[in-house]
Amino acid sequence: MKTKCLECDGDIELPEDAIVGEIVTCPDCGLDYEVSKVTPKGVSLKKAEEIGEDWGE
Amino acid sequence: MGKSIGLVFDRIRWEEKAIIERSKKKGLKIKLSNAQILCLHAQSQEDFKAIFGDVVLQRCISYFRGFHITAFLESKGINVINPSGVAQICGNKVLSTLALLEAGVPTPDTFIAFSEEGVFKALDELGYPAVLKPIIGSWGRLVAPLKDKDTTEAIIESRELLSNPLHKIYYIQEMVSRPPRDIRTVVVGDRVVASVYRYSSKEDWRTNVARGGRTEPCPLTKELEDTVLKAAEAVGGGILGVDVMESPRGILVHEVNNTVEFKGAMAAGATDIPEEILGYAIELVRR
Repeated sequence: MKTKCLECDGDIELPEDAIVGEIVTCPDCGLDYEVSKVTPKGVSLKKAEEIGEDWGE
Repeated sequence: MGKSIGLVFDRIRWEEKAIIERSKKKGLKIKLSNAQILCLHAQSQEDFKAIFGDVVLQRCISYFRGFHITAFLESKGINVINPSGVAQICGNKVLSTLALLEAGVPTPDTFIAFSEEGVFKALDELGYPAVLKPIIGSWGRLVAPLKDKDTTEAIIESRELLSNPLHKIYYIQEMVSRPPRDIRTVVVGDRVVASVYRYSSKEDWRTNVARGGRTEPCPLTKELEDTVLKAAEAVGGGILGVDVMESPRGILVHEVNNTVEFKGAMAAGATDIPEEILGYAIELVRR
């Protein structure tokens, strides 16, 4: 599965076993996307949240 | 209907994916809840166990988001791993240090100050170099070596400009004379299921895997096991990442992590940690 980067129009390869909440990165511009929906028809992406100062372990 | 296990997330890291995949292999259906889109009604009489699961693994990457969801779920009778009391202690380095000391767990010499003046009083005692750590946060972020008076003043000045008041609680620790590594252990219940050395990368003095640190297997000595289990118990127990340093005066526990990341431990050939985590959750469900 492939989709286009909203920022640079680069090709983003989506994992076959994508899970909602998973992060994929555009290989061309480095923008992070989050998988927002997985349906039999395909996978939807939205721009990933910025790293928060309380993020981590 | 049988009891179920849930997992609350806000970002699927390597670890969450590993837990989900392991559950699929076990034929165990876990209820996934995306914290980002939750709206929790405090007065609701809904059956929250049917939505979230009877036992929930709290795996939010955002500490505050996870902590508040855990508190909510507990109020609805759900058993969360880890409980909010554990999250509260582990999510705050001051509270962690106090809990470790109360339990008699060896930990680096630590001072807590509230102004530049207070920081310099701590440095009069500790001497240079020392380490300044934020009381919240992870991955070594904002952890700074205090090498001399000038750099300390600059670091405190920068901190004073940050808007979060928690960054103005200054947690100053001795710079432990350790090898260029620390030890990450993973505790599940009353067992240490993994222990690995974390070596800092060439580019960074911090050993965090998130900073490029690499891992190698670490033998679990009796001293290490006893100290780590005592530390886990001190914060309330559960599934925890206990980090220790090897110092000239023995093992020192410097951190207990509440939402343990274990990709590095698995890379060093540790045991099947997702399996251990699910086993622990299944055990709680059966109780």
